Amino acid sequence: MLTGRPVHAAAAGRPGRVAVARRAAAGALALTLAACSGPQSALDPAGDAAEAIAGLFWVLLAGAAVIWALVIGAAVFALRFKTRPISERAGLRLVLWGGAVVPTLILSVLLVYGLRLMPLLRDPAAELRVEVVGEQFWWRVTYRPEGGPAVVSANEVRVPVGARVEFSLDAADVIHSFWIPALGGKVDMIPGRSNRLALRATRTGTFRGVCAEFCGPAHTRMAFPVVVMEPEAFRAWLAEQAREASPAGNETFLANGCGGCHAVRGTPATGTIGPDLTHLASRLSLGADLLPNDAASRARFVAEVDTLKPGARMPGFGMLPPAEAAAIADYLGSLE
Amino acid sequence: MSGATLDRDAARDEARRTAQRQRLRAAWNLSRGWRYFANVNNQVVGLWYIITAFAFFLFAGVLALIMRAQLAVPENDLVSAATYNQLFTLHGTVMMFLFAVPIFEAVAILILPQMLAARDLPFPRLSAFGYWCFLIGGCFVSGSIFFGAAPDGGWFMYPPLTTDTRLSGIGTDIWLLGLSFIEIASIAAAVELIVGVLKCRPPGMRINLMPLYGWYVLIVGGMILFAFPPLIAGDILFELERLANWPFFDAARGGDPVLWQHLFWIFGHPEVYIIFLPSIALLAMIVPTFARRPILGYGWIVLAAVGTGFLSFGLWAHHMFTIGMPAISQGFFSAASEAVAIPTGVQIFVFVATLLAGRAVYGTPMLFATGALAIFVFGGLTGVMVALAPFDWQAHDSYFVVAHLHYTLIGGMFFPLMAGIYYFHPFVCGTMLSPRLGRWAFWLMFAGFNIAFLPMHITGLRGMPRRVFTYPENLGWETLNLVSTAGAFTMAAGVLVLLWDVLRPGKPKAPRNPWNAGTLEWVAGDPTEPWGIRSVPPVSSRYPLWQQEGLLAGIDAGAYYLPDAREGRRETLVSDPLDATPRQVLRVPGDSFRPMVAAVLVGGCFILGTFHFWIAALLSGLAGVGAILAWLWTGTAVIPEKPEKDAGMGLTLPLYASGAASVGWWAMFITMTGDGTAFISLVFGYFYYWTIHPVFPPAHAGGPGLLWPLLAVAAGLAGWGAMLAARAANATGRVAGARAALALAMLFSLAGAAAFLLGPWRTGLDPTHHAYDAIVWVLVIWAAVHNAVGVLMQGYCLAGSFAGKMTPTHDIDLRNVTLYGHFAALTALTTGAVVALFPLAS
Repeated sequence: MLTGRPVHAAAAGRPGRVAVARRAAAGALALTLAACSGPQSALDPAGDAAEAIAGLFWVLLAGAAVIWALVIGAAVFALRFKTRPISERAGLRLVLWGGAVVPTLILSVLLVYGLRLMPLLRDPAAELRVEVVGEQFWWRVTYRPEGGPAVVSANEVRVPVGARVEFSLDAADVIHSFWIPALGGKVDMIPGRSNRLALRATRTGTFRGVCAEFCGPAHTRMAFPVVVMEPEAFRAWLAEQAREASPAGNETFLANGCGGCHAVRGTPATGTIGPDLTHLASRLSLGADLLPNDAASRARFVAEVDTLKPGARMPGFGMLPPAEAAAIADYLGSLE
Repeated sequence: MSGATLDRDAARDEARRTAQRQRLRAAWNLSRGWRYFANVNNQVVGLWYIITAFAFFLFAGVLALIMRAQLAVPENDLVSAATYNQLFTLHGTVMMFLFAVPIFEAVAILILPQMLAARDLPFPRLSAFGYWCFLIGGCFVSGSIFFGAAPDGGWFMYPPLTTDTRLSGIGTDIWLLGLSFIEIASIAAAVELIVGVLKCRPPGMRINLMPLYGWYVLIVGGMILFAFPPLIAGDILFELERLANWPFFDAARGGDPVLWQHLFWIFGHPEVYIIFLPSIALLAMIVPTFARRPILGYGWIVLAAVGTGFLSFGLWAHHMFTIGMPAISQGFFSAASEAVAIPTGVQIFVFVATLLAGRAVYGTPMLFATGALAIFVFGGLTGVMVALAPFDWQAHDSYFVVAHLHYTLIGGMFFPLMAGIYYFHPFVCGTMLSPRLGRWAFWLMFAGFNIAFLPMHITGLRGMPRRVFTYPENLGWETLNLVSTAGAFTMAAGVLVLLWDVLRPGKPKAPRNPWNAGTLEWVAGDPTEPWGIRSVPPVSSRYPLWQQEGLLAGIDAGAYYLPDAREGRRETLVSDPLDATPRQVLRVPGDSFRPMVAAVLVGGCFILGTFHFWIAALLSGLAGVGAILAWLWTGTAVIPEKPEKDAGMGLTLPLYASGAASVGWWAMFITMTGDGTAFISLVFGYFYYWTIHPVFPPAHAGGPGLLWPLLAVAAGLAGWGAMLAARAANATGRVAGARAALALAMLFSLAGAAAFLLGPWRTGLDPTHHAYDAIVWVLVIWAAVHNAVGVLMQGYCLAGSFAGKMTPTHDIDLRNVTLYGHFAALTALTTGAVVALFPLAS
């Protein structure tokens, strides 16, 4: 952990209780819980916001199960097993208590309990700022470490474990939504406004985020890997990402105009329309988590992007002679 | 008195009744053969409506099955992304706009008059017009998918994805214009149903004796009136942005995409309750019948339904918890969303308590009712979860929400509707559905539904967003999705069983009132008799068939009101809204093709406009207006041959009523309330821009100036004054004065319309430049159009006066047009104040 848990001393006791509740539920529902895991699961949390919300869910679920059983039990009893009608007075009392008084009490408690999480989950005090811009159908990611230079990347988000990271979220074209279920809730990216989301990862690992708001033909293909790293490893990785790339072998890349849309820092490729490719080969996946990042996929992506991601602005380069295509793929592979 | 005399009297009585029955039958007889589609009676139109809405349901269901097949395995390529996007957009759109809302209106049109012992709704031709609009618009929107041109932006169509014509094709226009057309029909039906509930009840059925279904129709009709207009306003802005590049939702030019979200959900959330409440209303009729006792807590359930309707307008923003709202707003809308669970809970507990306090018997309708309860309560409980903003940040736009909304809609709407189908089938078709097939249908649907949608809660929380055409392996979603697909097809099998049961021949004939229910629709005996009810009984209880001894015999004997159609005309009783004192024998118009022709022409205007055939669209629209005028001229405000008639039971009632006593006045009032809501939505847009811009109006724009808007307001008010003078002069017999005042009103209204448009024209506001310019233009156009429509109405009255259709004693048209004038004047005044005076203050 980079720092201790900030602010909200009043709420400090809560996560413990939530965790207990979660563990109790987990014990009872071991099978269910096994079916809740995954790199993109809100029920397999790796961040404090996701943990709090998952805890909230298990509590809500338990309560819902009890209420459901009582209401439906009463209806089935009335239809099937009741032998004597209850009096009109008793019926009206049931409406008053069951329909109005008890729900009001339960909902009031629930509201206070649920809404007290809000400031905790949307706390702006951050140790690292990351700007993410949603574009059809990829993510422009800029790290703004305190005291260091801004580092531009794309289609992958890395954060240090234990640190509160503030994401500033914008949209370049249409509405997108930034969602990393394992770390916390989603926030929309809306043209004309800038939203903020603070997340704090609690364990290292590789997770997955997606665009949650339908944004066009390739909405399905707009995801990103999320890597939670030890702080030291993260610092090293960021320093590496800040480095410029070598221009060696970029002739075909430049000759076909790739540099008009893509930037490879340290080379004449300075386009800003598409993703920055400076350290493309170091990323975990290609095309907003569409393909694995290997040589064959890099070649395929360049050739078939128009069918892989319908609606993307990049044309497919399937018409390139094989030698040129291979040269471009090789160059991309060199961008470690 | 000898036995022979008694026999003679009895024979005479019988002969009289036979003659009455013949005359009634002749007046209400259905049109057959090629004129079948000219029918306007509620029993026929209601049935068409139900069949059509159900056909759209099956269509949208098939779309869902294709989607489930696509999602059965990861990285499936059964359909392309482009097709899948059309599938889910159309599935939501058709289910919401072509099934869920219309089926409410369809069922209400069919059964409400019978519940109220009315022979028809007050405006049968309006029902028929609405039906034809629905059919045409529905086929237009649905059919688009066969040309690969269906809307593909999701059923809530968020801009800028959908406003940018480079990113979205003609499907969006089809969605906007096709649905706007249908929404107009929905509002027309709502007006009709509200007036029906308020004015067409039998003598003595005070509002607190009304069947609960009537209450729900009243509440939902009112909700439609306030919920649909914001969407229509939004549609107007949306289509203007697409067609003319007016930047209402374009952030780069002062607009805001979030404004659409507000307008859409101000419609969209009440819409959920507009769908839910009428189905609860069906349960409110079914549960007492099967509990063998009156509903327990009539007042409770009415208040709860009103409360639900009211609250449903205050929680739209819970669909927008992820847009980055201030915490205080999220807290408010969370609280409001939780609060709506309370009146909903009261309604459910009223049912449970009624069952507990009665001697419940079982039947297929109750099976579906119990299933509905089981599903809906679960959907309500997950609703409590997503109402909490923090939980919604995870669940929003995931499959959890897909599961939640299907639990509420299928439990809150579809299963109750199924219960209603089994319950009312004998009433509509005269035959009983099979209990055995009913159990099969139920268990297949119930099990299939839960197998399909219960896993989706987990799928969603394991991160699967909605609206994805496929998904990768290794995220843990494969099994869940496969199970969901299996469930969907199981449910579809249940629907097929139901369909077979309804369509199969040789079903047993239903006895009269087969469920032994207590309300008046079950008076219906032989469904081949077209008159609805043989005579209209005085009502003094909530369950007349249970609580009023000998009522059925009296009705059949023609012992009560309107047992005859002596003049061969279709007649029904009109009464006071609160205490149902009979006030008028209303002659409702008979069968006609005019509503169909009008619907075709108006529909043509929308459809041709979609394809930018402007001239043809304009001609079609003008012809449509002409057809409507011809229909009104020949079918409404007809002066009767005598002022009053014997309504039976010694009561003599007038045949003509004007002003607030007439059904037309109520319809105008209600319509204009909806119209005013649309206008307020546009004004809301204006002030919304004011809140998001630090300087408003923006520095570049001078606004529409003071001179022309104020002149326009003055002219509009002068026109209004002239209308008042015309009404007063006409009522006191000064016909020439009335005509002169009407002509003057037309002049003033025209001048007002022109002056409104001249304001921004003279100051050079460019509606493509900035959202401010555009919203000012929209407001003045709205006001100008209302003036212009006023001119048309005033001209209609003037023509009626010359033609002898409108006289000092028969002045429905003039009074209704004056009522319109009140609203138009208010619109003009507000527009002037907003566009001309507000900039001075801000």
